[in-house]
Amino acid sequence: MLKNITLGQYFPGDSFIHRLDPRTKLLATVALIAIVFVAQGFSGFLLIAAFVLACAISTGIHLKFLVRGLKPIMFIIIFTFVLNLFFQTEGKELVHWGFIRITDQGLRMASFMAVRLILLVVSSQLLTLTTSPIALTDGLEALFRPLEVIHFPAHEIAMMMSIALRFIPTLMDEADKIMKAQKARGANFETGNLIQRAKAMVPLLVPLFVGAFRRAEDLALAMDARCYRGGAGRTRMKQLKFGTIDVIAAVVMALLLAGVIALNRLNLF
Amino acid sequence: MKKTIIEARDVCFKYEGASTLAVDHVTLDIAEGDFVAILGRNGSGKSTFAKLLNALQLPTEGSVRVNGIIPANEDDCYEVRKSCGMVFQNPDNQIVTTIVEEDCAFGLENLGTPPQEIRARVDDALRSVGMSEFAQASPAMLSGGQKQRVAVAGVLAMRPRIIVFDESTAMLDPIGRRDVFALARRLNVEEGITIVWITHFMEEAALADRLVIMDGGRIALEGEPRSVFAQTDRVLELGLDVPEMMKLAQMLRARGIALPDDIMTVNEMAVELCRLK
Repeated sequence: MLKNITLGQYFPGDSFIHRLDPRTKLLATVALIAIVFVAQGFSGFLLIAAFVLACAISTGIHLKFLVRGLKPIMFIIIFTFVLNLFFQTEGKELVHWGFIRITDQGLRMASFMAVRLILLVVSSQLLTLTTSPIALTDGLEALFRPLEVIHFPAHEIAMMMSIALRFIPTLMDEADKIMKAQKARGANFETGNLIQRAKAMVPLLVPLFVGAFRRAEDLALAMDARCYRGGAGRTRMKQLKFGTIDVIAAVVMALLLAGVIALNRLNLF
Repeated sequence: MKKTIIEARDVCFKYEGASTLAVDHVTLDIAEGDFVAILGRNGSGKSTFAKLLNALQLPTEGSVRVNGIIPANEDDCYEVRKSCGMVFQNPDNQIVTTIVEEDCAFGLENLGTPPQEIRARVDDALRSVGMSEFAQASPAMLSGGQKQRVAVAGVLAMRPRIIVFDESTAMLDPIGRRDVFALARRLNVEEGITIVWITHFMEEAALADRLVIMDGGRIALEGEPRSVFAQTDRVLELGLDVPEMMKLAQMLRARGIALPDDIMTVNEMAVELCRLK
């Protein structure tokens, strides 16, 4: 039952975006987030939205996955929309009803924020949908490596992330086993109110935690036995390499930025 | 005369806060290319002794020389671990990464080996343990025996002179157990790697070149498996089992039938019985 959980939400494929170096994808996502905030008019947002949509279609991932990802943050989007709508009081008045005043400026700002949030979520989703968790940690480690000069633990963080990924299925299995063992002794995980159910989880979580600590100790010993001593002096079998497609991606991102700035200047709508 | 690769001299080890020694004045030489089994019940000190062999623990008294090095500082410890690999009991808790071939590469990556060489050695090691087709698989999808073979490949990629198997078959099913034992045997015969096989299964210990039985942190019996098991009463007294045929031979001897005391297999028993006529 617990086994069906997918790790992250990686969607294997062989599209242009799938084949990009994880570092390129991470940087491009950061760039895209920045571009979303550079845009100052609907024409700019339209261009970005068209670009994101084109990317999404090119990956071959069903659009419903992207839409589904928006659901959990729908509340935040609506909340910021309403907040911006009511608290922006400058501009021409559109509605005045009791203490509620809606201006054209307010409506504009509110819609901008909503569109920005949607674009942010969709573009970061494109990253996690097209990059395997292990490639993602490798990419993050490589990107943060320069920060090790100021003692930022890039290698350690990446190592922790990949060990966590490695042990998720193992701990899932264990949780499943413990659950069955407790059920066999008459434990009830399925009925009762929220508090009762939370209490029923205690006999599941305690052995799971104890087991996790024992595993951690074993693993540390096994890593020691294989000469692990931190990131210093370590090499990697698989080297990340930038290729032509990464250059193309960089050019496309630059063009997008230029396009958005040009649209800002033109001030169309 | 074969070269001695492991030299333990009066080794003692005491866990912090423990009142008794886990390993108590053990002196043992292991020759290069040997297949040595260390047998003992729980708490006999066999696993602690294993950890002393590759500097995961350092002796509180005495010394262990491995491949010519008595580890004195941290760098020595890593040298020892490079030449003496270790495969542990729990297959799940010794695999570090989410992809089989990356796990094999882990040790070499730690040593700072150049990427092309890691690639070549990892491919070699995986082929050697028969796991090439699973190179890209996730360890979570493998059986226990397969996971142990991956762990062996990870050690093998580092080109060790010695591999210590610390109860590596204890958590496997019979097929996985036979597989991993056969693999260790083959590495011993074909590659000349010294094997220290720690176990509480008498059947496995009987197949080694040399057998050491530990009890209470000390070496209780030592020698060729045949001559060790021949001391049936002593072995049983140590809480261990002896091969069935040895027990049968002893019972028959007790009934006055003249049989030699080193019969181990059914075949040998049949030959000896036929000779009686």
